[in-house]
Amino acid sequence: MLAFLVSTIRLGMTFLLGSTGETITEKSGHLNLGTPGVMCVGASCGCFVEYLYFTAVGIPNINPVLAVIFPMLASFFGAALMGAIFSFLTVTLRVNQNVTGLALTTFGVGISDYMIAQTGIIYTRGTKYFTAHLPVADDLGWFGEIFLSHGILIYLAIVIALITTFVFNRTRVGLHLRAVGENPATADAAGINVSAYRYAATCIGCGISGLGGLSFIMDYLYGNWEYCVDDIGWLVVALVIFTVWKPNLGIIGSLVFGALYVASSYITGVSLEDKEIFKMLPYVVTILVLVVTSIRSSKKNQPPASLGLNYFREER
Amino acid sequence: MAGKEKKSRTPVFHIVKRDPMSWYAALGVRIAAVVAALLLSAVVITLLTKKNPLEVYSSMFEGAFGSSGRIWDLAQNIAILLAVSLAVTPAFKMKFWNIGAEGQVLISGLATVCVMFFLGDKMPADGKLPQWVLVLLMIGASIIAGIIWAVIPALAKAYWNTNETLFTLMMNYVAIQLVAYFLKKNVKSGSGKLAILEEYGIPVLNNNPYLLSIIIVALLTVAVYVYLKYSKHGYEIAVVGESVNTAKYVGINVKKVVIRTLIVSGALCGVAGLLLVGGIHHTIDTNTVGGRGFTAIMVSWLAKFNPFVMVVTSFLIVFLQKGAGEISSDFGIPAAISDIITGIILFFIIGCEFFLQYKIAITKHRKENK
Repeated sequence: MLAFLVSTIRLGMTFLLGSTGETITEKSGHLNLGTPGVMCVGASCGCFVEYLYFTAVGIPNINPVLAVIFPMLASFFGAALMGAIFSFLTVTLRVNQNVTGLALTTFGVGISDYMIAQTGIIYTRGTKYFTAHLPVADDLGWFGEIFLSHGILIYLAIVIALITTFVFNRTRVGLHLRAVGENPATADAAGINVSAYRYAATCIGCGISGLGGLSFIMDYLYGNWEYCVDDIGWLVVALVIFTVWKPNLGIIGSLVFGALYVASSYITGVSLEDKEIFKMLPYVVTILVLVVTSIRSSKKNQPPASLGLNYFREER
Repeated sequence: MAGKEKKSRTPVFHIVKRDPMSWYAALGVRIAAVVAALLLSAVVITLLTKKNPLEVYSSMFEGAFGSSGRIWDLAQNIAILLAVSLAVTPAFKMKFWNIGAEGQVLISGLATVCVMFFLGDKMPADGKLPQWVLVLLMIGASIIAGIIWAVIPALAKAYWNTNETLFTLMMNYVAIQLVAYFLKKNVKSGSGKLAILEEYGIPVLNNNPYLLSIIIVALLTVAVYVYLKYSKHGYEIAVVGESVNTAKYVGINVKKVVIRTLIVSGALCGVAGLLLVGGIHHTIDTNTVGGRGFTAIMVSWLAKFNPFVMVVTSFLIVFLQKGAGEISSDFGIPAAISDIITGIILFFIIGCEFFLQYKIAITKHRKENK
């Protein structure tokens, strides 16, 4: 049971990072279907830089703080660069977002597979620095195990989600961002730089999603970066809908998704085939949320009105 | 994006919509994009692998066209990708973003496999139920499965305006899990792979296992072209795609058109699933469709929804994949290079659409902008 909760939290926070990033992107009106690719790139850039750092200084000279900071920066900026490609194509060149996103996924998965194959290393050693936690956690029994035994990315996920919620709802920047996603023409008329907001939101959002990819490798798979992150990426897109575009709800939503995803491995007496049905649940639940929100059509829980649409000033 | 900021402060140039280009100019832009993409890919290949890019490209040609077997294989892969692309096209033309072709094809493949697996041995060719009944059942099952998978999101869209992009995306994973469930349930061997049901399947023409699927897809291409261009249905699809309000005003029943079009889409996905499973693999796993559902979206969109142009775009993509597979084995480069090159080329072709629709004009009087 304890192991179940711990792995729910770890996977859940991976989802949370991914979905917070994607929520920021979607709030600006960009439906980025490249998220799986972005998360792959985030994961592999982080691991790759970790590998470079370790080979550069040698194992005994590793500075544990730098061993965490370098991969995180690499992960964030690598993924943000993917966001920049997406924004360049959709904002500056105004091409279709769905097509661009899917191409981005192909590209990102390719890059990360290539990096993995290139280094020939399946496990990254960095994971022990990422999962390092306060020593008190070990003395506090189940409480410590559940709440304090995690690495830095897990807590960062919650902090980022809360900050994002605050920015969305309480700041001018958040208001402008929402305006851009709801009705770019009006936002433009009000003097908001639509392109700049879309670029910035997409790059930052992708960067955060990329950290999610890194967290999946480091915290959930304990450094086994041979795995492809792209399935997780699609779940993240689902999670954004599940949480109706609210990062604070995302904290709970991501735990639900995490639990559904890992539940099958921890419940005894479930046959192998029923486990596959279990894994279907996150998607089915998402569909239900999507349908129910569209039936109720309450204004608060809708996708940003111009989600997936590009804005061109002269086209009004 | 510092450059971006600067531009908006002192707009030296601005972007305007241009008149439609003549077809040869448009073709020229596209070819230029492909060439530019190949050049960039060449740089990337050289940087990553230290190999002569010309050698790499010639090895790609070798991989795609090297032998008659390879050419048939190429043609068949084009046919399947084209079939899926044809399937998504009517919906796209209506601006219904069906990104669930992956799931629709997979679920029809599953239906086909179910018929082969459960009913196959009950119908010996010399027994009372002949082989053609089995084939008919396979056709029926796969098409119905495809239709069901496509029409559920269509109903939600028509009645509640549910976001179809996200709905169809989720349906893919439901289909994948159903296949995983079927495999776990029915395959008891350690590998977890369903044995190849070679003796059942759609007929083989002329001893050439590739031929029938190619012919069927060729016929479908013409049929979809005619359907979209010359039928009343096709006209209604175009009107709904251009403007839902116009469609309502002229008395088109939008709900009916949405649902009907997705039935067509689903049925075509069903055919693709049938060909893929009944004609090629004779088995199924969760990766049988292999991303074609997503690639098809790009194929269809790049071809501007014209079925005949889609032949060219699907050729381009299949060629890239086959060729890149060859270079990875020839030069010992990781196979992922194919995805990278495909990605780069797609970015360029997608990006060049901008130059077809817009032009950059120098702003003459800077003051009049603000």
